[in-house]
Amino acid sequence: MSVADFQPVIGLEVHAQLLTRSKIFCGCSTEFGAPPNANTCAVCLGMPGVLPVLNEKVVEYAIRVGRALGCHINPVSIWARKNYFYPDLPKGYQISQYDQPLCQHGALEIDTDDGPRRIRILRIHLEEDAGKNVHDAGGGDSLVDLNRSGVPLVEIVSEPDIRSSTEAGEYLKALRDVLVYLGVNDGNLEEGSFRCDANVSVMRKGATQYGQRVELKNINSFRFVQKAIDYEIGRQVEVIESGGKVAQETRLFDAVRGETRSMRSKEEAHDYRYFPEPDLPPLRIPEGLVERIERELPELPRAKLQRFTSTYGLPAYDAKILVSDRPLADLFEKVQAEYRGPAKKLSNWFLGELLRLMKEEAREVSALRFSPTQFAALLQMVDAGDVSNNAAKDVFAEMFRTGRAPREIAQQKGLIQVQDAGAVEAAVDAVLAANPDEVEKYRAGKKQVLGFLVGQVMKAMKGKGNPGLVNAALKAKLGD
Amino acid sequence: MEPTDLSMLELGRKLASGELSSVEAVRASLARVDRFDGQVKAFLRVDREGALAQAEAADRRRKDGRRAGPLDGVPVGLKDLFLTEGLPTTAGSRILERFVAPYDGTAVKLLRAAGTPILGKLNMDEFAMGSSTENSAFFPTRNPWNLETSPGGSSGGSAAAVAARMVFGALGTDTGGSIRQPAALSGIVGLKPTYGRVSRFGVVAFASSLDQVGPMTRDVPDCAALLQAIAVHDPQDSTSAQVKAPDYLAEIEAGVKGMKLGLPREYFELPGMDPEVRAAVEDATRALEKLGAQLVPVSLPHTRYALATYYLVAPAEASSNLARYDGVRYGLRADGANLLAMYGRTRDQGFGLEVKRRIMLGTYALSAGYYDAYYLKAQKVRTLIKQDFVDAFRTVDAVLSPTSPTPAFRIGERVDDPLAMYLSDVFTLPCNLAGLPGLSLPCGFTRANLPIGLQVLGRPWDEARVLRIARAFEREHDFHRRTPPLGVA
Amino acid sequence: MSLTLEEVRHVAGLARLSLSAEEETLMRKQLSAILDAVAELSQVDTSAVEPTSHAAGEAAPWRPDEVRPSFPPEKALGNAPAKVGTSFAVPRIIE
Repeated sequence: MSVADFQPVIGLEVHAQLLTRSKIFCGCSTEFGAPPNANTCAVCLGMPGVLPVLNEKVVEYAIRVGRALGCHINPVSIWARKNYFYPDLPKGYQISQYDQPLCQHGALEIDTDDGPRRIRILRIHLEEDAGKNVHDAGGGDSLVDLNRSGVPLVEIVSEPDIRSSTEAGEYLKALRDVLVYLGVNDGNLEEGSFRCDANVSVMRKGATQYGQRVELKNINSFRFVQKAIDYEIGRQVEVIESGGKVAQETRLFDAVRGETRSMRSKEEAHDYRYFPEPDLPPLRIPEGLVERIERELPELPRAKLQRFTSTYGLPAYDAKILVSDRPLADLFEKVQAEYRGPAKKLSNWFLGELLRLMKEEAREVSALRFSPTQFAALLQMVDAGDVSNNAAKDVFAEMFRTGRAPREIAQQKGLIQVQDAGAVEAAVDAVLAANPDEVEKYRAGKKQVLGFLVGQVMKAMKGKGNPGLVNAALKAKLGD
Repeated sequence: MEPTDLSMLELGRKLASGELSSVEAVRASLARVDRFDGQVKAFLRVDREGALAQAEAADRRRKDGRRAGPLDGVPVGLKDLFLTEGLPTTAGSRILERFVAPYDGTAVKLLRAAGTPILGKLNMDEFAMGSSTENSAFFPTRNPWNLETSPGGSSGGSAAAVAARMVFGALGTDTGGSIRQPAALSGIVGLKPTYGRVSRFGVVAFASSLDQVGPMTRDVPDCAALLQAIAVHDPQDSTSAQVKAPDYLAEIEAGVKGMKLGLPREYFELPGMDPEVRAAVEDATRALEKLGAQLVPVSLPHTRYALATYYLVAPAEASSNLARYDGVRYGLRADGANLLAMYGRTRDQGFGLEVKRRIMLGTYALSAGYYDAYYLKAQKVRTLIKQDFVDAFRTVDAVLSPTSPTPAFRIGERVDDPLAMYLSDVFTLPCNLAGLPGLSLPCGFTRANLPIGLQVLGRPWDEARVLRIARAFEREHDFHRRTPPLGVA
Repeated sequence: MSLTLEEVRHVAGLARLSLSAEEETLMRKQLSAILDAVAELSQVDTSAVEPTSHAAGEAAPWRPDEVRPSFPPEKALGNAPAKVGTSFAVPRIIE
């Protein structure tokens, strides 16, 4: 098998739910986790006589996504019916967009081993989600829950610019981050609010024509994306190398076996019989709406990442983690603005203590009890030597839990380090006097002894000695 | 004089003065139902308790001095595709035979607010597909003027109930003529408003871009009053226009002096038009001329394509609108070993032949490879048909024509020949394709005493003028006061 | 005839109609006649014409993003042919 002779060609279709409170065409709640059919009405149940009415927030969110991805927003776009029968599709058609979608021709930049690459986005359109079918494993009836029917979706279709499964993973992560930053999606693959289908084909390197593409569905975690695509690439190469032809089909990813399977429910290739939706007039975007939304766009993840690495001089690893959650990045900047010390130090605190405690206490940035000012003050205390690094961790933990000021906590816990040079000198003198052998060993060249002596001084000072001062005083007295 | 001889507005005035009560009016209507509906078979369901309760409420309002309006307490009927909460709504189909509506449609809500007690649900061609009410899954309705003949369709039950004075007025729907054609065949007044004038929310959909709700009454002022009650913008219907309705009665008696009325050559040249129909309609146009209007020949050159256009667009939309009837959430479900079998059997058993035919036609017209040649092509020709009217309305204020090429035909005569049946709507279809308001009123009778209808088509939103033209003719004649020979001999 | 039996069956499948053999034959005949009749549309020159995709001309007002009460279970499932708890039950789909 020589996969290396082949060039994979991948396009991704992402369906992302928009975080509106109500559904796209009716006022039912979009909240996840309700009992079956608790969030349904005549409209999203597809009852006789019902008609759709568009939710204005859906349009706003979709335009946000479109502009964030650099798309052209069509001032007029058309709703279309996509007709097929399935129990989770109550009207027997899905209201979507076909000709003339809302957004076209954008791009998303991702990082690859060969540097940044622009993955072009062909189109973004609006549509309604279907409900859920729960199959009975025993072969009995399936159960239909239409709570999800009518939840608004954007479908984001990339051009087949992606060249490897790793790039696919990068693209999806980057796309997810953008949507979460925009506040329009919660980026949750497992819960189904962010779904991905992949179109995968292979071509011999140097060939001029694309190969037959296969659609992969049911990829519901970022891990599986790469596995599914890698498996499929391998499968297609094997088919071609053994003289066969890749069939045009839809395949499901079987996470248990790690392979893709043909969808055997062979209704002939769907004829969706698209036609313009007569119950909805064309979607006309009012003057000024796109400009207003653009002005209100937040700084996007990639731009923020670049700024964190260049302005703050943070390593990419740190910046990526900080930027991955917009509130976290905002907090970082707030604290840094007051701290004004080395950003890397602050970053270490974020990546270390802060994230650890947030995870332990299951607390998000929005629910933190301390203020940026307090955090900055703590770091300044460390820099000034008022507390040791370890003591500061204790203080931070208490600050995290209670929101009390760091100095107050440190004082109460007796953690303020002694900075008084006189007191340090006195302690050093006492220790040196009590350990003449070690003094001799040090002076004879065994510099490691210094650690023991520092420890003795710290013990004598009940841990409150400023280590830097202690070190310096010892060395001075030892005649270094 | 029987209460049921009164028009809606006349009854309304007597209710206001206390001369009659709504309960009496409902009882009088029910008495006629009991006496005649066994023969006419206009009703699918009579809601005696509900109607009486609503009548009692109307009477209480009147006593308290809080009448809801001029029609408060006047009993009406509804074509059985208006969803009425708590009552079955069948659309004339087995697939919805036991479907109980969980909500009231907007037009129904508006009628309840207007205070009109709803006597019951009226028979119709299944899913509004038909021109004779013979496609009802349950039974055909009979024309009160001759019980061997059809009252027209698809709002045949509504037309017959009004004609037989079992209700004072009714609502129907019109997609290709389904209010106007039965109005013509049954000798009553029927109006299809401009597309978007009346909300479609809560009306079982047939063809979304063509369906409109409209009043069916015994005379033109009633038609105006009933239209007034339902001509309201509805935020639940995205095709409902935000055009405020004028007072439709304000100018209704103002006559036709100075108006230019178009006579479309292509309509009057149709072969197969019944000569008595032609004669009556031509007489009617001359009568309007005597009343001060100017008759102007006009041409609507794409008229001959209207039938083909309609029979591609309407079935296509219908094939999609009827996909929801799949046995999953409501309606009939047939047994099936698996989902596919359940779907297939449910829809085969639940739908009648005409509905299946149109679903097949519509599905074909939208299918891969045929969409451009059929559906898209028809929608383009539709634009040309609309443009014909735009051009004509530059020189005339309204267009006159026969409503139906023939009077009521015998039940059974056309039902096996779809194309012959479709021809019943040649004069009414173009108006739906163009979204214009259109009205039919009685303008004569055949020697066999079957009603003949005159159609008046107007500019978009010009219902007031259409009503005014119709009223000018009506008050000079007595066609609207004639009664069908029910219970005679 | 314009339609073959194969085509009739294909369309019936798309429309989820299990037609009997007699119905298939009848459909074939009647639909073919109708399609022949509508074929005259091809004579019309529509090269410069836009389709009437929407009967109502203007844009419709959008609704605000507010949650409105949903149906209680009796209304949502009141007409259900089969249910389990508050879910609709349907025969299995053959995968």
